[in-house]
Amino acid sequence: MTGTILGAADINRALTRIAHEIVERNDGADRIVLLGILTRGVPLAERLAERIATVEPDWDAQERTGALDITMYRDDLFKNPTRTIGTTSVPDAGIDDAVVVLVDDVFHTGRTIRAALDALRDLGRPAAVQLAVLVDRGHRELPIRADYVGKNIPTSRSERVNVHLEELDGEDAVILRKGE
Amino acid sequence: MRHLLGTDAMSREDAILILDTAAQMAATQEREVRKLPTLRGKTVVNLFFEDSTRTRISFEAAAKRLSADVINFAAKGSSLSKGESLKDTALTLQAMGADAVVVRHWASGAAHQLAHGGWLHGSVLNAGDGTHQHPTQALLDAFTMRRHLVGGGDRAAGGANGSGGATRSGGSGHGEAGDRGGEGPTGKGLDGLRVAIVGDVLHSRVAASNVPLLTTLGAKVTLVAPPTLLPVSLRERDGLDIHYTLDQALDAHDFDAIMMLRVQRERMTGGRSAFFPSPEEYSRLYGLDGERLRRLPDHAIVMHPGPMNRGLEISAEAADSPRSVIVEQVANGVAVRMAALYLLLAGEDQK
Amino acid sequence: MTDQQPTALVIVGARPYGEEPQDIAILDGRIVPVEEAPEDATRLDADGLILLPGLVDLHTHLREPGREDAETIETGSRAAAVGGWTAVHAMANTTPVADTAGVVEQVWSRGKEVGLVDVYPVGAVTVGLKGERLSEMGAMADSRARVRLFSDDGICVYDPVIMRRALEYVKTYDGAVVQHAQDLRLTEGSQMHEGEISAELGLAGWPAVAEESIVARDVLLAGHVGSRLHVQHLSTAGSVEIIRWAKSRGIDVTAEATPHHLLLTDESARGYDPLFKVNPPLRTQADVDALREAVADGTIDIVATDHAPHAAEDKDCEWASASFGMLGLETALGIIQKVLVDSGALTWRDVARIMSEKPARIGRIDAEHGRPIAPGEPANLTLVDPDAAWTVTPDGLHSRAHNTPFGGIELPGRAVATFLRGAPTHLDPRFEGVLA
Repeated sequence: MTGTILGAADINRALTRIAHEIVERNDGADRIVLLGILTRGVPLAERLAERIATVEPDWDAQERTGALDITMYRDDLFKNPTRTIGTTSVPDAGIDDAVVVLVDDVFHTGRTIRAALDALRDLGRPAAVQLAVLVDRGHRELPIRADYVGKNIPTSRSERVNVHLEELDGEDAVILRKGE
Repeated sequence: MRHLLGTDAMSREDAILILDTAAQMAATQEREVRKLPTLRGKTVVNLFFEDSTRTRISFEAAAKRLSADVINFAAKGSSLSKGESLKDTALTLQAMGADAVVVRHWASGAAHQLAHGGWLHGSVLNAGDGTHQHPTQALLDAFTMRRHLVGGGDRAAGGANGSGGATRSGGSGHGEAGDRGGEGPTGKGLDGLRVAIVGDVLHSRVAASNVPLLTTLGAKVTLVAPPTLLPVSLRERDGLDIHYTLDQALDAHDFDAIMMLRVQRERMTGGRSAFFPSPEEYSRLYGLDGERLRRLPDHAIVMHPGPMNRGLEISAEAADSPRSVIVEQVANGVAVRMAALYLLLAGEDQK
Repeated sequence: MTDQQPTALVIVGARPYGEEPQDIAILDGRIVPVEEAPEDATRLDADGLILLPGLVDLHTHLREPGREDAETIETGSRAAAVGGWTAVHAMANTTPVADTAGVVEQVWSRGKEVGLVDVYPVGAVTVGLKGERLSEMGAMADSRARVRLFSDDGICVYDPVIMRRALEYVKTYDGAVVQHAQDLRLTEGSQMHEGEISAELGLAGWPAVAEESIVARDVLLAGHVGSRLHVQHLSTAGSVEIIRWAKSRGIDVTAEATPHHLLLTDESARGYDPLFKVNPPLRTQADVDALREAVADGTIDIVATDHAPHAAEDKDCEWASASFGMLGLETALGIIQKVLVDSGALTWRDVARIMSEKPARIGRIDAEHGRPIAPGEPANLTLVDPDAAWTVTPDGLHSRAHNTPFGGIELPGRAVATFLRGAPTHLDPRFEGVLA
C-alpha cells in the first residue's frame, strides 16, 4: 500500500497517546526531558511537551525540551555527501539524572538512535533514556527498540517513508512511497 | 570542499557555511566532554616547514577533538637552506595515508603546489604560506567579528537575546550554539561592518586573507599602513580605502573592528632595507594606544592575530582592555579549524 | 676546421626569405650557382619550405662545464641544431666561470668537437661574475675562442665604475658589453613582476624600474664613452622607450627580446609552477605588446633565446626555491612565427635579420654566419616548414633538461633541416633516405 498512511488527525491522536504513556510510565513528568532528534524530531518533541504540560501543569515545557543534532556521531559520514551540522540545544539544567526521552519521526535501522545515544553520552549522564517515535517501519540493524510508537508500518526496504509536519512542511502527513 | 588554500576565490556561501559550522563546533567545546567521534579513523598530518607552535597546537586540538589521528611533521629546510623537498615530503605523506595535510610553509604557493602537484591525494589545508594566504586565520577573525557584531550574537552590542535556552550563557556548562529563530548571526555575513587592518599589509598573509574574505562577506575594509608596507598595486587601485596614518583613519571612520598586524622585527632592523625609520616612529603613527582606543566607537572590538609586540603595534592598555577579543580569537581558532577539517574530511570519499 | 663530409646538394623549390622559390646548390660547404652543382648531387625537395640563413643565438646557456646534469655542449648543440640554429653564444656563468682564456677555449673546442653548431663563448666581464674586478678580457679575445662579447649574464654588472671601465676596455677588440640589466638592490628576494598578481600571490615583486634604471644608466654610459652596448632580454615597455631614445641619440646600443617575453605574461605565475620563473620575470600584456612592436619596428634588434636548462630538482620545488630560467632553443622559431610572422608584424626576411644577420653582426661573427643566401657564401642554412604545426612536449625536446614552459602549446611551424657549412646537422624524418 502506498500514499498517505497517517493524516493530521491520526498524528494528533498518536502524539496525545504517547504523551500520556510517557507520563504514565514515569510516574509523572518530574524527571522528564524531551530531546527531539533533528530535523523532524524537534517539532514532534515540542508537540509532545505541550501535551505533557496540559496533563502536568507544573512541568515547564520550554525548560524541559531540547534538540539533538547527531551529525557528528553518524557512522555513515564518509558514505554520503557532507552534511550540514545542526544545532543541539539542551535545557539549561542539563540532562544529568533526568529521564531523557529521545523523539524522532521514523524509526528504521536504529543507527540514528545509536548515534543519538553516543551524542547523549557527551552531554551528560541521564538516569534513563527512552525512545519515542511517530512511525516504526522495521528493518532494525541494531538491538534497539522504541518505548513509545505512534504507528507500526510494515514496509519493504525499498520503500520510503516521508513524514511531513505542519511546522516544516505546511501539512501533517505520513506518506509511503515505492522505491526505485 | 576539497582543499582550503585561500580566501581569495572563496564564495560567500562557502564562507558562511564554514562560519556556521564553526559556531556548532564552538558549542560542542563548552560541554563537559569536548571530544567528538566525527573523524575517527581519519589521519591529519600537521606539516610544518616553519615553526609556529600556536598554529600547530590549534590545528592539533581541532583534529583531536574530532577524534582524528594526528601526526606532527616538522620538516627541515628554509628559504635560505634548501632542505627536504616539498615533493619528497608529499610522497612520504601519501605513503603514510594522510587524509588531510595541514601545511605551514615559508614559501608562498607551497600549499597550492601540494594540492595540485599530483603528489598526494589528501585534502590540503593551508596554515599559512609565505606572504600569501592564511585562510583559517581570516575565517576565525570573521567568526569573531560575527559573534560580536552581527545580529544578536551573544556578545553583540545590545546584549543577549534573553530567550532562555536559546542563548549561550558565557560558557557555563550546557548551552547551545546560540541562535535559533533568526536572532543570532547564523547564516549571515558581515554586511556593512567597517574594519580597519593596520600595519604590514605588504608582507602579511593575515591581511591578504582577510581583505578578500571580509569583502566577500560584505564588510568594508580600510587599510592603514606606511606606504612602504603596502603593495604598489593596491596603492594604485581605485576604490580601496587606504590611510597612511592611524589618526587619519580614526578621523575618517567609525570602525566596528580594528585589527592590528604584527610587526616583524626584521622589517625594521633590516638596516639599509628597513621599511620604516624606527620602532618609536611606528608606534607613534600606527600603534593602538589607550588614547586611540578611546576614539573607537563603544561597541568596536580590538583584534590581533598574535603573537603581539606589546608596546609596538599595540599598547598593554589596548591589548588588555575589555574591547580586546584577542584571547577569544585563539579559542575561536580551534572551532574554525574543526569546521574546516569537518567540511574537508566528512562526506563521501571523492578520491 | 674539419667539416663533416662535404656534400653536393641541391635544395629544390624552397623560398629564400619566404620570397620567390629558387633552387640553391651547395658544394663543399658553400653555396654555388645551381649550374655548377655536379649532376649526381643529391636533390632535396623543399617545395613549400622557407630557406633562411642559419639562425644565430646570442644568448644560450650550455651549462658545461659544471652543470652537465642540466645540459652539455653536446646536448645543447643538438637542441640548437633541431631548433634551426647554426651558431650559439654560450654564456659565461658556468662552473668554473668562463673568465679566463682556458675556460673559453675549452668550451670553444668542445663545441668544435661536437660539430653540430658553432659555439662562441661569451667571456665574463668580472672575475667569477662577482662584479668586483675586470676579468682578463684581452686574453679571452686573443684566445682561439676569439671572444668578442663579454657578459656577467645572470648577474648585472652593477657597479657603475666597473661598467664604465668594461665598456671602454672592450673597444680594443671591437667587442661589446652584454648587460643583464637588473638593479640588484631593488630585486633582493624578488620572485616575479611586481604588480597586482605578485601582491595576490604573495611573491616578492620585481619592479620594472629595476631593469629600466640600469638600461638608462648603461645607455648613458655607453654614449659617454662611445662604446658598444648590447642589452639582454628586454622585458618592459619602459626599457623599450629608453632604447628607442638612446638610438635616436646615436648611441651604439643594441637590444634583444626573448621568445618567452614575447609570448607569456605574469598571469602564468598563478599556478606557482616554477617552469614560469625566469629572470627577468614575465611581465604584463602591455609590456608584451610593447616588446612585439619594438621588434617589429627595429628598436629591439634581435630575438635571443636565453635558453636556460635546469635539472629537474631545481624546478620541482617551491617557487621561491626554484632556479630562474627556461628552455628556448627548440621553440624559439615557432614562437616567433606564431607571435610576429603569422600576425603580419614581420616577414620572413625580417626573421632572417633578427635571428641570424643582426645577432651575427653584434657577435662579430658575421664573416661566417648571418650571410646572404648567395653563391660564394658559407652554406649555413635553415629550412623552415611554416605549416608543420606541432605541440610542444617536454620529453620531445633534445635538451638534457625538460624545463620548457611551453609544454602543450601548439606552434605553427619549425625548422625541418639545418645545415652547418653544407653538412646537415638536423633533418626532419621526412628527408630520411634522401640524405644520410
